Amino acid sequence: MTLKIGVPSKGRLMEKTFDWFGARGLPMRRAGTEREYSGAVDGIDGIDLVLLSAGEIPRELAAGRIHLGVTGSDLVRDKLADWHSQVAELAPLGFGHADLIIAVPAAWIDVDTLDDLDAAASAFRAVHGHRLRIATKYHRLVRDFLTEQGIADYQLVDSQGATEGTVKNLTAEAIADITSTGETLRANHLKILSDGLVHSSEATLYAARHAGWSVAERQLLKRIAGRLGLAVPADL
Amino acid sequence: MTAPRAAERAEAERLFAAFVAARGEPVETDILQPADTLLDLYGEDIRARAYVTHDPLRGEMMLRPDFTVPVVQMHMAEDREPARYCYMGEVFRKQDTASEGRASEYLQVGFELFARQHPAGADAEVFALFARLLAPLNLRPVTGDLGIILAAIDGLKTSARRKAALTRHVWRPRRFRALLDRFAGRTPVPPARQRLLDRLASDSVDALIEAAGPFVGLRTPEEIAMRARGLIEDADTPPISATEATILDDLLSLEAAAPAALAHLREITADLPSIAPAVDTFADRLAALEAEGVDISTLPFEASHGRTTLEYYDGFVFSFLADRPGWPPVASGGRYDALTAVLGQGRTLPAVGGVIRPALVATLKGDDA
Repeated sequence: MTLKIGVPSKGRLMEKTFDWFGARGLPMRRAGTEREYSGAVDGIDGIDLVLLSAGEIPRELAAGRIHLGVTGSDLVRDKLADWHSQVAELAPLGFGHADLIIAVPAAWIDVDTLDDLDAAASAFRAVHGHRLRIATKYHRLVRDFLTEQGIADYQLVDSQGATEGTVKNLTAEAIADITSTGETLRANHLKILSDGLVHSSEATLYAARHAGWSVAERQLLKRIAGRLGLAVPADL
Repeated sequence: MTAPRAAERAEAERLFAAFVAARGEPVETDILQPADTLLDLYGEDIRARAYVTHDPLRGEMMLRPDFTVPVVQMHMAEDREPARYCYMGEVFRKQDTASEGRASEYLQVGFELFARQHPAGADAEVFALFARLLAPLNLRPVTGDLGIILAAIDGLKTSARRKAALTRHVWRPRRFRALLDRFAGRTPVPPARQRLLDRLASDSVDALIEAAGPFVGLRTPEEIAMRARGLIEDADTPPISATEATILDDLLSLEAAAPAALAHLREITADLPSIAPAVDTFADRLAALEAEGVDISTLPFEASHGRTTLEYYDGFVFSFLADRPGWPPVASGGRYDALTAVLGQGRTLPAVGGVIRPALVATLKGDDA
């Protein structure tokens, strides 16, 4: 029996994750050489630390290949359909803050709100013969948000990187992307819609609902949760 | 329990035979449909729900999410009427939540009637056909008429711009509500809009764009200027009167048995004369339904029915609902003249039709047995 915890494999997210668990009496560290992706948890036996790309953690949680995982709430909500049914949120960790926002060219002086964007999209489609394009890699989150808000005449185009540049390159009219300071947006002559906050993301500890959870693993989870000062959701 | 596939197929064949007996001409359509037509019509709603795949020669394709578009396209090539078509086959819809009754692959059996003459009669023929076929299941029918809502908007004493904005969002009730509240002066002008209007009072649009920094993107300064002029014009437009807004609210929330709904709509017509022709059509349809043997005395009418489905129904709409939590309608349909106008590039081919999900019919029958 081992309980697998998936954590981001590099960078600030990894360090802050280690800090968070360490401060609560569950020290984590990388094992082996600097370049080797393996880790260890000290103090409680039976925990296997798995270092993964933050983007893959939602999928591993959904498949039940890891029991617990730390990743951004934006990734879980975007990559997992009906995410509540696949993972349980144990705790927001207080770091890794980033906002998924909708931004348009700063020169669009007539557009400040989603209502404006919607009206501009209608006129744009009539003039250009195609829907107003919004570049993003967060398709589910953005689509659900715009549907909920009743926005029409837009289409999402996929952008896996340098999304802020798509407007200048004429492959999109607007973007939906993660921003923490907004500097890249300003540098690319874009502005955030005043009501265009799609999701406030934060590094979060999740438990996989479909991980099997033997009696021993459940007991270990209770011990870990006790150490971390967290409650285990009753429906897990 | 959802019915096994064999029971679904047997039920589909039974329903299909009934549509053929109702003079439907059997038609087939490809399962792989070009994605661009469907995406252009339905937008992101369909992208989220349809399986998209790539063909090396034909580009982006979709596994048939419904039959309506290919059947309309086929009919346009023929252009004879009246024409009645029926079909049976798989449709594919991605499901984001697992729940009984919502399969991602299922059979659909449908009937479509294209006729320019006597639309109320065509509506009644299709509804009565569905009602007869489904009668043993004791489903709850619901009817509506988007034509009445569209006529009501058209008759508001306000600018063409505002009417167009409301019409565009009939199928998105939340945005519709927000627009109506703003146009009726029930919610204040957003602060950023007020600031923009104040600046436009003293500065030109070009100067404001210039001040906003370097210009990027495909949307041109002329388009921005045109919308800015529209905003100024809108700010000078008096609010939709409280009377009219109240009538519209009253109309949208109308839910009653058909005869009472008709009586109420006749009363509203006194204050909103623009809906008179649509209400006459409603009355004609009720008469035609009665002639078809439908008991209209208890037939439920909900004015807002059909406002949250894909936005192609623009007249009579109907659903047959089972009393099962989480289930989609067992059957649904309606009139989609605007869709044929878009696909026909100006040519209108008035059409009404509907579909039944044989898997749900088979499940209901199986559970009863």
